[in-house]
Amino acid sequence: MVNIKINNTDVTVEEGTTILDAAKTKNIKIPTLCYYPDLDIKSDCRICTVEIAGEKGLVTACSTPVREGMEIKTNSPRVLNARKTITELMLANHDANCTACEKNMNCELQTLANTLGIDENRFESVLEMQELDTANTSITRNPNRCIKCGRCVDVCKNVQGINVLESMNRSHEMVISPKYGKYLSDEDCTFCGQCSSVCPVASITEKDETDIVWNALDDDKKHVIVQVAPAVRVSLGEEMGQKPGSIVTEKMVAALKQLGFDRVFDTDFTADLTIIEEGNELIERIKTGGKLPMMTSCCPGWISLVEQKYPDLIDNISSCKSPQQMFGALAKTYYAKKQNIDPKDLFVVSIMPCTAKKYEAAREEMSVDGKNQDVDAVLTTRELGKMVRQMGINFDQLDKVEFDDPFGITSGAGAIFGATGGVMEAALRTVSEVVNEKPLEKLDFETVRGLEGIKEAEVDLGGQKVKVAVAHSLSKAKTLADQVKDGTSPYAFIEVMTCPGGCIGGGGQPYNTTNAVREERIRATYQVDSDMKIRKSHENPVINKLYDDYLKKPLSDLSHDLLHTHYRKRNA
Amino acid sequence: MEQKIVSKRFDAINPLSIDDYLESGGYKSLKEALKRDRINIIEEIEAARLRGRGGAAFPAHVKMMGIAKEEETTRYIICNADEGEPGNFKDRQLMEKDPHQFIEGMVITAFAIRATKGYIYIRGEYDKAYSILEWTLEEARKKGYLGKNILDSGFDFDIELRSGAGSYVCGEEFALIESIEGKPGRTRVKPPFPTQKGLFDKPTLINNVETFANIPHILEMGGDEFAKIGTESSTGTKLVSLSGNVNNPGVYEVPFGVPIKEVVEKLGGGSKDGRKIKMVQLGGACGPIIPEYMLDLTIDFDRFEDFDSKTGAGAIIVMDERFDVFDVLLRVAEFFEHESCGKCTPCREGNLQLVKLVEKFINRKATQKDLINIESLARVMHQTSLCGLGQTAPTAILSTLKYFRDDYLDLIEHPEL
Amino acid sequence: MLEEILKKYPQHEDSLIEILLEYQNKKTKRFITEEEIAQISNYLGVTESKVCSVVSFYTFFSTEPRGKHIIQICKDVPCYVNGRGNVLKTLEQLLNIRIGETTKDEKFTLEYTSCLGNCDGAPAMRIDGKTFTNLNPNKVKAIISEYRGVN
Ligand SMILES: Cc1cc2nc3c(=O)[nH]c(=O)nc-3n(C[C@H](O)[C@H](O)[C@H](O)COP(=O)(O)O)c2cc1C
Ligand code: SF4
Ligand code: SF4
Ligand code: SF4
Ligand code: SF4
Ligand code: FES
Repeated sequence: MVNIKINNTDVTVEEGTTILDAAKTKNIKIPTLCYYPDLDIKSDCRICTVEIAGEKGLVTACSTPVREGMEIKTNSPRVLNARKTITELMLANHDANCTACEKNMNCELQTLANTLGIDENRFESVLEMQELDTANTSITRNPNRCIKCGRCVDVCKNVQGINVLESMNRSHEMVISPKYGKYLSDEDCTFCGQCSSVCPVASITEKDETDIVWNALDDDKKHVIVQVAPAVRVSLGEEMGQKPGSIVTEKMVAALKQLGFDRVFDTDFTADLTIIEEGNELIERIKTGGKLPMMTSCCPGWISLVEQKYPDLIDNISSCKSPQQMFGALAKTYYAKKQNIDPKDLFVVSIMPCTAKKYEAAREEMSVDGKNQDVDAVLTTRELGKMVRQMGINFDQLDKVEFDDPFGITSGAGAIFGATGGVMEAALRTVSEVVNEKPLEKLDFETVRGLEGIKEAEVDLGGQKVKVAVAHSLSKAKTLADQVKDGTSPYAFIEVMTCPGGCIGGGGQPYNTTNAVREERIRATYQVDSDMKIRKSHENPVINKLYDDYLKKPLSDLSHDLLHTHYRKRNA
Repeated sequence: MEQKIVSKRFDAINPLSIDDYLESGGYKSLKEALKRDRINIIEEIEAARLRGRGGAAFPAHVKMMGIAKEEETTRYIICNADEGEPGNFKDRQLMEKDPHQFIEGMVITAFAIRATKGYIYIRGEYDKAYSILEWTLEEARKKGYLGKNILDSGFDFDIELRSGAGSYVCGEEFALIESIEGKPGRTRVKPPFPTQKGLFDKPTLINNVETFANIPHILEMGGDEFAKIGTESSTGTKLVSLSGNVNNPGVYEVPFGVPIKEVVEKLGGGSKDGRKIKMVQLGGACGPIIPEYMLDLTIDFDRFEDFDSKTGAGAIIVMDERFDVFDVLLRVAEFFEHESCGKCTPCREGNLQLVKLVEKFINRKATQKDLINIESLARVMHQTSLCGLGQTAPTAILSTLKYFRDDYLDLIEHPEL
Repeated sequence: MLEEILKKYPQHEDSLIEILLEYQNKKTKRFITEEEIAQISNYLGVTESKVCSVVSFYTFFSTEPRGKHIIQICKDVPCYVNGRGNVLKTLEQLLNIRIGETTKDEKFTLEYTSCLGNCDGAPAMRIDGKTFTNLNPNKVKAIISEYRGVN
């Protein structure tokens, strides 16, 4: 243990602890910008500088380990002046048009400038305006707001293993950008949005679709329905000022009603449907010697990776559409018919934890009539939060409201789709019961849960031992994909989610998602599951009724038309 | 006044001839060293109190001992031949005029710290030195001073030559390491230090060409003897790169403790055309600019550090009365603005602002406020930048604010001048 | 040509700068194209963005075509105080281009460089792999006509 003093308070911490973490133990806040929990220490913004008695220079708290006897001042005039100067330098090269900014009131740079009391900038503006990248349907990049903290580069390169974003050039000409300043859509970007999730300013944000949705809601001719992904109910609370891991399902439904949606449905329902289709596909592949391992298809970021970098693996991917798209397809056919609505007048919105879902909804395959997209607009959790605030809804005071029929009755299996390992666990619950023809003794597959990068399990399917694996974050997914490519994969079934922690850690989730926050959202997700009466997809009565009334049976022709899709090699 | 140790063979031998080197006593120290206890060699260097000649003046034996104690057995040794600091050219001469000398120093050091492989990182602009080194390494290999089982000692060690590609910051240790690894030259967060986790994440010793060049001589004369040369805090000699408005620019080797004035007057032959010397920049672009009346200052690491700058690389750039402080400052500021790696905020953004502020003075647009701003910015950059580049970029400005403050005030108060 | 050069180097990230240096030096217009960057990245198994980040970091590399001969003139203090200005002016007049430009016949590109480490021979310039020192307008004229003559 090491004994130090921070602002004259005695602090004892383990050797190797950074000054920043040591200060946290005493609730002493040191401002940071480039630092982000769980990512590499970059120490390049220099905002967290502190003064150490007896040392001439200042040191950065995020990167400096404590030493016995250190006396640290986190707020001396020298420190404050340095922070102020550094912040002014950033602002002098930043499009600080705050009132017109997506992240107004939610921006780390703005907060910093406010805290430091910066009222005028001593330095002249050196900003040279560059073109925005608005060429894709998921993510907007505004280089004029970038403060070069390097968080996005780290996430894209090290967490996702994609490396679209890099530091180009040097000196003040350094930019964080795809090669040759190209658009993300020209590159191998998966639109996972992890970069947008860690960006401290509004340099990378989701493409805002709230206006489109407001307009649809205002249009009397339109029947506007909304589906909400499993991961949103355990994170939206954070947008509304609640603790991470708060479960806000019914208030969320109430808020959506207040926003004016005609029906509020649950993507958990089509998650259950996915399990039936995908589970049967797996059983069939195993039985008929089809391509194995089968790999999940519900995550568009992962699909992009395969289409761009692993075209050989396309046949390993389940042909099932994602729950979002199964919902869209059913809405524009089954639901429209049932409600006697011309599909043209039906406007389908999804609330997703995800930026890649915006891209997925816009894929040309995702249209049952070949003319209109099945899902008309996709909002992230953050965008929903924004709409709720714009509407002036007092979220905490809302009454609890249930999802609407028919896509509101769901199982716990659908609910856990939001967490890494959830799709696998949901599938195993159904597949093993169907194949083994007896109820499972234990529904919880603990080994596939949690934040470990790659998880494995072995299950007994009709007397045959089958190995399965789960990966989250694309760098880990690549490890499993490489095995499949080399022919060394020992697995029959692989679940991949692009985002660390799965969709609960999605690129469209509330800001400040860290592993600690992910743990809370995961805990909440399994709470939702264990609170449910039905916990297996094949026991969802509405799903069974859907098959009886409409789809007939899993993998039927109609299922194939509506619920399955195909992939193709894409060159960025 | 000159005392030639590392430059004693300059122009006296054919640098391309290993026989010339051997005849003049070359590789004798290596032969002896291979028979010695490894730690004992480091202790000899400790006794010599050798400090790094690349600028930071760090005690050489400390880094060596640090590595010797690491558990990891793959260890690298790098010779920093990047010499990008404007006004410095002594490493080029060491490489062009006596290339075996520092290589011998590298092999001895490698043996002492059990390094498994060596690199020479030479700046891309040194085309001639590069060719000479290619040749020299090959000669040394042929004669068994490099490669497998050196001089039958059982010690294997070889050196690879790597070229820079136009970046001053690659002289900084971690930037250099990144560059060898094939990346942009941007420094890493410390700790861990290179001696713990350097090239390819293995313990790595980095020293300057001149530092290595001293090693054979220390072993030859003994550390205690070496320590008698120079001053208490700075032992041995220093290669000085003298340039600017002097009659005889060039590299001179003098013992530490010699006043700068003597170097300029006696060795450099005084200022050209008898013009009055106005100012001298010490160390290179990263060093302070001092007025003529301060030239009694002696060449000594610790005296230099009084300027808050590490100016051990030993450049002296003389400027006569024709030159204006701000014109010089602009060149310096533009240099750093161009060479900043862009990683950290104070350096990336600050150097650009310094250029703008200096231009304001040159254009007679500066106000009292700009004076306060330039001073405050320079201090913050010095205190908060991530690597030595940003920390020393404002040195010239800070020193002129001290010694040429009237020049600033004149421009503010009498812009018409 | 690129393929031959690639083959000489181990397929490891740390060969990157070496490859770029050798290749660009041998190429007439002394620049590296997008296709070549893709080829190099493919050979080394590193992303194209990474190669681009390296190419754009070091001043030796260019993604724009340049002249057959690259004339680099030092812009730092020791050359500045020794009449660099006249040398540059002479060069600009002789070649009829401004600093940073390439002559119409694509023979010369004129660039600034940071210190060449030849301050004892200031002002200095470097043409391709060769350094010229103690320059004055007349000397510069002679050097340029020699380069013109050779070609
Ligand atoms: C921006 C910058 C440039 C440097 N350039 C050089 C250089 O060209 N040559 C050199 O030996 N050291 C240079 N250094 C110092 C090195 O970082 C390092 O301290 C030195 O190589 C250690 O060797 P030494 O102890 O033998 O001096 C530079 C440092 C900085 C911050
Ligand atoms: S969306 Fe994902 S893949 Fe695309 S740049 Fe951002 S982090 Fe990289
Ligand atoms: S885009 Fe955002 S995260 Fe990336 S470097 Fe710029 S400010 Fe940082
Ligand atoms: S893991 Fe979820 S949030 Fe992330 S890209 Fe995939 S579907 Fe979207
Ligand atoms: S001080 Fe300058 S050169 Fe050093 S890391 Fe910072 S930006 Fe790069
Ligand atoms: S938060 Fe510590 S340097 Fe950026």
